[in-house]
This record gives sequence, C-alpha cells and structure tokens, in this order.
Amino acid sequence: MKDIREDIAWAKINKDVLKSLENPRKLYWVILLIAIAMVGVAVGCEIYQYNTGMGVSYKNNTHVWGLYIATFIFWIGMSHSGTLLSAILHLMHADWRKPIYRFAEAMTTFSLMTAGLFVAVHLGRVWQIYYALPYPNGRMVWPNFQSPLLWDAMAIFTYLSSSILFLYVGMIPDLAICRDNMNPGWRKKLYTALSLGWEGTDRQWRNFRVTYLTIACFLIPLAVSVHSIVASDFAMSQQPGWHITSFPPYFVAGALYSGCAAIITLFIILRYVFKFEEYMTLPILKKIVRLTFAIAMVWTYLNLIEYASVWYGHEQAAKDVLIQKATGPYAPFWWMMNFLGSIVPLTLFFKRFQTHIPLLFAVSLLLNMGMWLERWMIVAPTFSHGYYPWTWDHDQWPSLIQWGIVFGSFGWFTLLFMVFCKVFPSVSMYEVKEMVYHRSQATKKLEATAKLAAAGLNAEKGGAH
Amino acid sequence: MSVSNLLENWSDFRHTHPVDDVPHNPYKWAMSIDLDACSGCNACSVACYAENNLPVVGKEKYSHGHSMHWMRIERYWDEDLGTEGGRDFPDQGAQFLPMMCQQCEAAPCETVCPVGATNHTPDGINSQIYNRCVGSRYCEANCPYKVRYFNWYDYPTTDNVWPAEMNQQLNPDVTVRGKGVMEKCTFCIQRVTVAKNNAKNEGRLVHDGDVQTACQQACPTSAITFGNLVDPESRVHKQWQAQQVELAKDEQAKDKEEGGSGLRGYRIFEELRPYPSVMYLERVRESAV
Repeated sequence: MKDIREDIAWAKINKDVLKSLENPRKLYWVILLIAIAMVGVAVGCEIYQYNTGMGVSYKNNTHVWGLYIATFIFWIGMSHSGTLLSAILHLMHADWRKPIYRFAEAMTTFSLMTAGLFVAVHLGRVWQIYYALPYPNGRMVWPNFQSPLLWDAMAIFTYLSSSILFLYVGMIPDLAICRDNMNPGWRKKLYTALSLGWEGTDRQWRNFRVTYLTIACFLIPLAVSVHSIVASDFAMSQQPGWHITSFPPYFVAGALYSGCAAIITLFIILRYVFKFEEYMTLPILKKIVRLTFAIAMVWTYLNLIEYASVWYGHEQAAKDVLIQKATGPYAPFWWMMNFLGSIVPLTLFFKRFQTHIPLLFAVSLLLNMGMWLERWMIVAPTFSHGYYPWTWDHDQWPSLIQWGIVFGSFGWFTLLFMVFCKVFPSVSMYEVKEMVYHRSQATKKLEATAKLAAAGLNAEKGGAH
Repeated sequence: MSVSNLLENWSDFRHTHPVDDVPHNPYKWAMSIDLDACSGCNACSVACYAENNLPVVGKEKYSHGHSMHWMRIERYWDEDLGTEGGRDFPDQGAQFLPMMCQQCEAAPCETVCPVGATNHTPDGINSQIYNRCVGSRYCEANCPYKVRYFNWYDYPTTDNVWPAEMNQQLNPDVTVRGKGVMEKCTFCIQRVTVAKNNAKNEGRLVHDGDVQTACQQACPTSAITFGNLVDPESRVHKQWQAQQVELAKDEQAKDKEEGGSGLRGYRIFEELRPYPSVMYLERVRESAV
C-alpha cells in the first residue's frame, strides 16, 4: 500500500485540512471543559501548596524530590517527538513524515511549556525563580554555572524558543493558505498577520527552504543536549543509582520512545476526529509503529545496560538500590515499568498489529505510562535507600496535591493541543502537496519507463519477424 | 562581579585544602566528636534549637519526615552485645552518633545549587545564604549525609513552633527562615564572627576556647571539640593529629592497618571524598574489651 495516493488534487488537500478549522462540534467543547477542569484542579493544588508550603506534597527531608521532577522529565521527554519527526527525519529525506510532523511539533512545544510549569511548581520559593537567570543585580551575583539544574534552565529555554520558532516558521506557507481561503473575520485577520505577507514566490520558497533546514540542523543537537542535560541532573550527582554514565543516552532514548508513543496516540485521535484518513494513512502509521518498536528496543538495551553496570560494578550502595527497586516498596511500579517498557512494545513487532488501530491506541498509552513510571522509579528509590541508613525512608508516597498537579498537567497539555488544532492546520498542507507531487512524478516516470520497455519489446518482436 | 573574577575564583577552595603548604586563611573551623563520651542526652540538639531559632515542628510533621534538627542524635544498637533482651534502655547496647553538617571541603551540595545559595567561606564553613535560596532542594538531594533541612512550612507563622515564653529566648543574632528555604548547621557562624571580630579589634587571632558552638557548650561530657584546625595549639588540631586524621585524605590511618590499630579517629563517608571537617572518635566497644 502506498504512503499516500498520488492523485489527490491540491484543492482537495486544502479543503480537507481547512475543514478541521471549522467551528467544532459539541464534543470538542465538552472535552475542552474537562481539560480546563483538570487544569483547575492543578491550579487549586498549587495555590494551596504555594500558600502553605512544600510540606503538603508529603515530600520530606529524605525524599526531597517527587512527582514534580519525575513528571518534568516525562514532559521534556515527550517533547522530543516533534524534533525527531520534523528535524531528524527531514534530514533523512523520509517524506512519510510530511502529513504528521505538524501536530508532532505542536506536541513538542506544548510539552515543553508543561515541563516548564513543573520547574516552577517544584521550587520552594517559586516567586524568586528569576534568580536562576543572569540578570544584573545589586549583589553582582551570577547563577551557579556548575549546577546541572542551571544547565537545565538554559537548555530548556533555548529548546523552547527554538521549537516555537521552528513550528511557526514551518507554518508560514500554510498560514498563507488559511489566509487566502478564509471568510473575513477574526481568523482571517489572525492568519493575515501571522503569514507575514507570504506570496509563494520562488525567492520566498528558496529562502524558506534554507531557513527551515538551518533551524532543523540547529534543533537536532539541541534536542539531544537538552535531555542529556536533564539526565545529568542525576548523573552528575553522587547518589547511588544516579551516578551512572549511561544516563544521558538512556534518557534521550526514553524521550524519543515517549515521543513516538505519543505521536501514535495523537495520530489515531486526529485521524479519526478530522477524518484525515487520506493523509494520515495506515502505511505511515505502520512506519511510525515500527520506528517506535526500534526505539523501544534501544531503550530496553540501555535500561539493561544500566542494571548490568550497577550489578557488575563495585559500588555496593548502588547495588542495594537496584535490589530495593526490584524487591522494595516500589517493586510493583518498577516491575510494571519494565513490563510496559520492554515487553508490551513487542506486540508492535507483528505485522498484523501494526495497523490495528484500537490495539495501537491502547499500546501507545501503556508505553507512555511505562515511561512515566520509569521517571518516577529513577527519582524515588534512590532517595528511599541512599547512602545513609539512618535516613532511609521506605514509606514515603506522594500526597494528593502532587497527584493533582500531575493530573492537571495532562489537562493543560490537552487544552493547549486542542486549541492549536482548531486555530492552526494540524496537517502541513504544503508539505503534503510536495509529497503528492513527488509521488505522482515518480509514478509517471515508472509508467513511462514501463511503456518504453513494452514498446521496445514489441519493436524487438516485430523486428524479429 | 566581572566575568574574569567569576572564572578565576569560583571553585578555588575546592582545590586547596587549608592544611597544605600553600598560603591560606589562618582559620579552618573543624570539629571532633568523641563517641565514647557521648551519652545520647540530646543536650547538644536542644542547644542548637535554642541558639539558631530552630522551629519545633511537632510530632505530626516529624512523622512525615519534616524534622528540623540541625544537630541530630542517631541511635544505633550494638548487635554484638545482643539486643535480644530488648531495646528499651541504653544499657542494652545503644550507641549514639551526633550528626550535623560536616562542612565538607569539597561539598557535593555546593556545586549543584542552581542559584549559588550554598558556598564555602574562606575559613572553611559551608555557607547557606537564605535569601538567595529558591528551594530547588538539589543540595539535600546530593548530600550523602542528608544533613540539610528544608522549611517545608512557614514556621514563623505557624502556631506552637515557639510556644509562649519560648519565643522570648529567640536569638537575635540569627535570622528566622520562611518557607521554601534550605538550612543546616553553620558551626554557629554567628558566634564565630563575633569571636573573630573581637580578636581583630585586639589585633590577634582567635584563641582556642574563645568561641564555642552551642552544641559544644551544652555537652555535659565534653564530647564535642570545636576549634581552628590550623592553630597548632587548639584542642581540635591536637586531636586530629593524635588520631592521624588528615583533611585531604579519603582513607585514614585507622582503617589502613590490618587487624586495626589503636587509633579511633575516622570521618563518615570519606571514600566519597567530600573531605568533611568533622572527625568522629570511635566508641570503644564493650564487646571488644
């Protein structure tokens, strides 16, 4: 089966994608309200925590970090989806990414925004968060550049601004199409402003292509470095179970894994809701699924490396933490993480499941659950069973405040994404047109060669007589 | 502060231990705790509460792990003595370890604070700057001893933290910390500063005994010795020397010899190389005698 039909009319592409921007059905508003309610829960929890103190999260002197850091890493991880699809696959000329990278990039941007919120929620004195910035101050104090948390701040800031830029710049031709096809109203005004006068001249396209390529090349090392830096929050510390060299690639692999699984989830949703079956085709889904499987195996390998390097290493404290993970109070979650992360993706190996939509939807959600558990299992067991036995705390669990804020973050992400899908085209129209054009050229070439070959054969046959 | 200043000086202290033959500050504050003398009475802990305006968090918060004891007494049981008789009385083999911030020369907490709220003073104390702290808690995450304490609630505005009349003994030399700030033992830096100022006014260095930390002052058995490690006349210097414990090593003479030596001095988690400034004198075990 073909990734996309090569005879789709361009006007049809416009029409189909612009249809997704029409006024939404009732269900959209219901789900949006639910998302807002979820955000409300998180905001309420945070207000309570802000006023009362971090103690309401049930973190304590031993478990100084909890779900906020774990979920922060989870959202940063999820943000690698867009970069993988837009930038990496762009450089690899994998044109099957064209119908799906737009919403993936949007996912990147919103994941990063959500992750940033968790940094704020996690701080004891969030109103002084600007201390982490090198702003001119009377004390002439710089932030501490030795600290991985500060590298985090710089890296995420850079990554977020670059991702927003990438998303926006990549959308300009599409915004011009929206501008040209909309009836006057707030939408037309918005698209006119945002499309920056795009006319689609040759010169504009040439500049555009170069700019896009440049940002893509810039974004790839950024993505790798951002999650490596987040990993070094742990790897650069001294704590048993964290001080492992393979953490940066392990985290990056986990991030790509998370992102791909999330792409599958959103792919299935958007395909169904906006009836994008022509563009988000099953062969493309199959490719994404196989990519997810490959990354899942890479992650499994790196995960096993982490266990092996601890087990065959010489640090007893780290070994004890590993044994604690498998047999201690967090054991059910740890085993579930390993099952969801390493065993469940094996279903993606089998061809008959690679386009089975209900199964893929469930599996992709489970994979992400596994990845979230992985982040939690990195944070909590090391605290519970650190170097100093007197400080061990095997009985600490996050409070409802923590769960509430984590829960609300999913609502926040959903809210942002749903608004995006209704204001901006979630399929890249111009890139789909490119894809269709290239496919139709390729098909014509094949047909021409086939005709020539047939004619040549006939001529030979004729000549032979 | 200029960028060149930043680049040159930011981690100077991590590379020059004050007992090397390099010019350094005339002070290096250190401590030595005799575990044989320690009876676990907790007077040091209480004195620390009084001196440093520590909030009494109460039973419920303590059970959640939100304790605030900068100086804590840890109780261990000597299994060799056999604790089958129960663990109700100290005579049944209890051992006590006073643990507070070890003021590490290469502190794992100092490098990881994103805003630089914890640094090292030239005279060897790990400083915590309350008004700079944004509460990321990375310092406590990285501390192997877990001797840092976070203000999980706003204790100055909480009831029963300093019940009536107790609030009259609050120390005006020490600030109170609001919520979201990390704090820890400071080797009573407020007392050290006063002593140094007095000495400077008289044109001399601080003599041994001029300054006592609150815990040292309260200890009924004089188990805690505090002083200037650089001063050859100080008690703490003589104790370190007698035990052959050196600041810049990660394994001391006591553990090097096979079959043990007569030495009792060691530091906790030396092998992790934070170079702590607190030496413990091992308890003479009754089971070994």
